[in-house]
Amino acid sequence: MTLLQQIITIGAVVVGTLITRFLPFLIFPAGKETPRYVKYLGKVLPAAVFGLLVIYCLRNVSVFSGSHAIPELISIAVVVVLHLWKRQMLLSIAGGTVCYMLLVQLVF
Amino acid sequence: MVQSERGVVVRAFKAAFPYTLPIFAGFEFLGLTYGMYMNVSGFSFLYPLFMSMLIFAGSMEFITVSLLLTAFNPLQAFLMTLMINARHLFYGLSMLEKFKGLGWKKIYLIYGMCDETFSINFSARIPVDVDRGWFMVFVTALNQVYWVSGATLGGLFGSMITLNTEGIDFAMTAMFVVIFMEQWIRDRDHTSSLLGLALSFVCLLVFGADNFIIPSMIAILLVLTLLRSHLEPRGKVGLA
Repeated sequence: MTLLQQIITIGAVVVGTLITRFLPFLIFPAGKETPRYVKYLGKVLPAAVFGLLVIYCLRNVSVFSGSHAIPELISIAVVVVLHLWKRQMLLSIAGGTVCYMLLVQLVF
Repeated sequence: MVQSERGVVVRAFKAAFPYTLPIFAGFEFLGLTYGMYMNVSGFSFLYPLFMSMLIFAGSMEFITVSLLLTAFNPLQAFLMTLMINARHLFYGLSMLEKFKGLGWKKIYLIYGMCDETFSINFSARIPVDVDRGWFMVFVTALNQVYWVSGATLGGLFGSMITLNTEGIDFAMTAMFVVIFMEQWIRDRDHTSSLLGLALSFVCLLVFGADNFIIPSMIAILLVLTLLRSHLEPRGKVGLA
């Protein structure tokens, strides 16, 4: 690829990403009343999206190969227990991450 | 007057910064990985610098590297981007109300709305004495700085980095688990949370790691639409 072709390729990705981010705001501008169905989606979607993002983070983890998802399951359990116990976001995240790093570096 | 405006900005920064710490860990690491990947693929550090700044959508940047290494096909690059980043549409729909009335800040907030930034800006309980617009701008900007600096450093120093940080990117997974739990604690009805987990998991099994996002989104949208009469009128989806 020439430099110009590279710039066009990167430009196509930039424009595509911009469209996915700006489209909802262009279709439903702030000045106009947003349809009730869309407001409903805006309220219920995030909870489902957070579930999707958790699965998305774990998409390449395999139960059948490597460490059989054991470090992931243990570390997520640590996050959940820490968060139910103290409900300190940073503590839960740091605890789970340190646990995971120790497991993948020293145990598995 | 000027002084108090500065106070507002400083207070928003102080409130926003702790929320971005897990992203700092995750983005520096992933950004470095991405920059190193470009470095070993034969690209100057200018590529990860500009790509991380302009595209600012992690997984798509990795894919763009492989696109740059194959035959020139910008239409394919464009369509792939729409598919892979389609989840941003959901973020936009969720933020329509929250971004209202923020003027110029809104443009940047939409531009910089990656997975992590959306999740924080949507779920953070911003104290009443903190300016909402500035808070979200700082979350967005800090996350972008982490990502761009990681990618650029990786592009510059590439294979010279040998620190054993294996597994630090789990910070991102841990953060999404925590945000998922926070949403769970706040909602009275957990249908949507459970649907998100279950439908995505089923789609992952059926379509595989590279193709499951769009089917998951369609499934989530369909089921939530079908359940609208059940979820909406009783005010079960009331959020804080």
